[in-house]
Amino acid sequence: MSEHIVSLKVYFTIFIALMVGTALTVWAGLQDFPGPLNVIVALTIAVIKATLVVLYFMHVRYSSRLIWVVFASALFWLGILFALTFGDYWTRGWL
Amino acid sequence: MKAPETFETPAAERVNYINAQYGLKSWLLTKDHKRIGLLYLGSISFFFLIGGLYAMFIRLELLTPQGDFLSSATYNKVFTQHGIIMIFFFLIPSIPATLGNFLVPLMIGAKDLAFPRINLLSWYIYLLGGIITIYALLAGGIDTGWTFYVPYSTTFSNSYVIATGAGIFISGFSSILTGLNFIVTIHTMRAPGMTWFRMPLFIWAHYATSLIMILGTPVIAITILLLAFERLAHVGIFDPANGGDPVLFQHLFWFYSHPAVYIMVLPGMGIISELIANFSRKNIFGYSFVAFSSLAIAVFGFLVWGHHLFVASQSVYAGMIFSFLSFAVAIPSAIKVFNWTATLYKGSISYDTPMLYALGFIGLFTIGGMTGLFLAALAVDVHLSDTYFVVAHFHYIMVGGTLLAYLGGLHYWWPKITGRMYPEGWGRFSALTVFVGFNLTFLPQFIAGYMGMPRRYHAYPPEFQVFNVLSSAGASILGVGLLIPLIYLIWSMRYGKRAEANPWHLPGLEWRTPSPPPTENFLVTPVVTWEAYEFAPPEELRVIGMFREDEGLENADAVIDGKPT
Repeated sequence: MSEHIVSLKVYFTIFIALMVGTALTVWAGLQDFPGPLNVIVALTIAVIKATLVVLYFMHVRYSSRLIWVVFASALFWLGILFALTFGDYWTRGWL
Repeated sequence: MKAPETFETPAAERVNYINAQYGLKSWLLTKDHKRIGLLYLGSISFFFLIGGLYAMFIRLELLTPQGDFLSSATYNKVFTQHGIIMIFFFLIPSIPATLGNFLVPLMIGAKDLAFPRINLLSWYIYLLGGIITIYALLAGGIDTGWTFYVPYSTTFSNSYVIATGAGIFISGFSSILTGLNFIVTIHTMRAPGMTWFRMPLFIWAHYATSLIMILGTPVIAITILLLAFERLAHVGIFDPANGGDPVLFQHLFWFYSHPAVYIMVLPGMGIISELIANFSRKNIFGYSFVAFSSLAIAVFGFLVWGHHLFVASQSVYAGMIFSFLSFAVAIPSAIKVFNWTATLYKGSISYDTPMLYALGFIGLFTIGGMTGLFLAALAVDVHLSDTYFVVAHFHYIMVGGTLLAYLGGLHYWWPKITGRMYPEGWGRFSALTVFVGFNLTFLPQFIAGYMGMPRRYHAYPPEFQVFNVLSSAGASILGVGLLIPLIYLIWSMRYGKRAEANPWHLPGLEWRTPSPPPTENFLVTPVVTWEAYEFAPPEELRVIGMFREDEGLENADAVIDGKPT
């Protein structure tokens, strides 16, 4: 597998972005958004941060198709966990 | 007399993986998958003995209706620790980490696993997890049940929940590393000619198991971590008082722990496919169906966890879907059972010890699987939840299935592992003893459970005593049946008859290298020109390269008929 050299500039940029994300998380945690927005805001920040880590720190962006397939299958399994769990939560009120 | 061609060296100069190096250090720092398999064998046997000791306490307590041997608090700890030790430290690593470790490279013609250092690391991680768990047991134990259900485990239990959780969390990584190693090895290190559809079904089963290990284990790790956060910091993910939901824990826990049952039983099914085909001396019936049913079980196994939550306030609609999917997972399991049975048809069957275990497996796994359908039916499950019916059901899968397959496989490959034969008479006797003891232990539990005896109590109404006395008597027989192999297998390592390279006269690659194998497994890289389980007519054997040209066809006849002359 060919090794992609990532420049320090990219690493530091991502690091700063993650730090900003962390600060945003803390700030959002102290706000009281209307309705379900509290969870949505927190999860959106978390997903963006996780995506940055996976793409740059874990080098998935520079990796082969195989790695993408492996990563996608993990996400698919996470989808199964969410789908069937929410299948319970969202239908509890139906009866 | 040798039947299939072996890649042997003369006896005088033979160095094998056992005598290649001596000393404790050579074992503790080994990167040889065969030695690591033996390290695992020793460790899981140790944990099995501890788990068995707890089982003995449970059966002693339940001999009488009164809670007179153990207090209720102690009894809670005893059944919890029995479950935790047996599941996380015996059953899950049992077949993959010992026989799988030893045999995956041998059966596909590789010199080792893809990542030998990671393989050794997995054993140390397993050991670290085991030591932490043992510490928790000695320090005061844990009483939550092996399922760690909240809110008891997070809020009320005063036992060592976090220490035990840490042990399981850590040992999970060894499972992930083993699965990773197997997948990469099977993809990249097969010998020339070893195509996917020439692989023994043992390998297919381990491939499917590895997928579950990699995809499922991280979820239990996260769940345990959340449990610890909740217990220590009351973060409110599972506690309703802080906005959490205890049923969420059950979802997350069973997302791993139901597929974990398939981590236990799929490798067992792989062993049974080997044993049934080879001791019937017939190609397996429907090879690709058996192979793909392993993958189907691995995938479907992830979609059924909600059947553990039928009475836990789960939505009835989710319950209906999970019930349907649980019925669906019976299909690939049934494909295997039917194909094994069809393989036996008109086979040249020999009743050696491994085959006795395999036949026992088919019967017991079928009972375990069929009673699973009772529990997958929504309405019936309301009556049977948390009764001894459930206890009997999963012991039929885990003990009647996995343990019998493990013992069958251990006997079958013992000559390859140690270079010595086990005593066949004692082997058959103990296999029958285990079968009788097992059924006497767990069949009465179906009845007691169906009549309403709940699990996890140290006292019970007197009308259930007859079933419990039968069960405890059966457990004693089962215990004896398991002690006998422990004694004669250790005995045979020194005094057993020396095994030839291929004592069962089979076509598989692992039988074409000396017993015990050299460190590098094969002195010459094998080239595979035959199908798995190819018990071909004698005139074909020469063509496909199973015989040296200087050997006569009469040898081949002997192989076809069974034992050589």
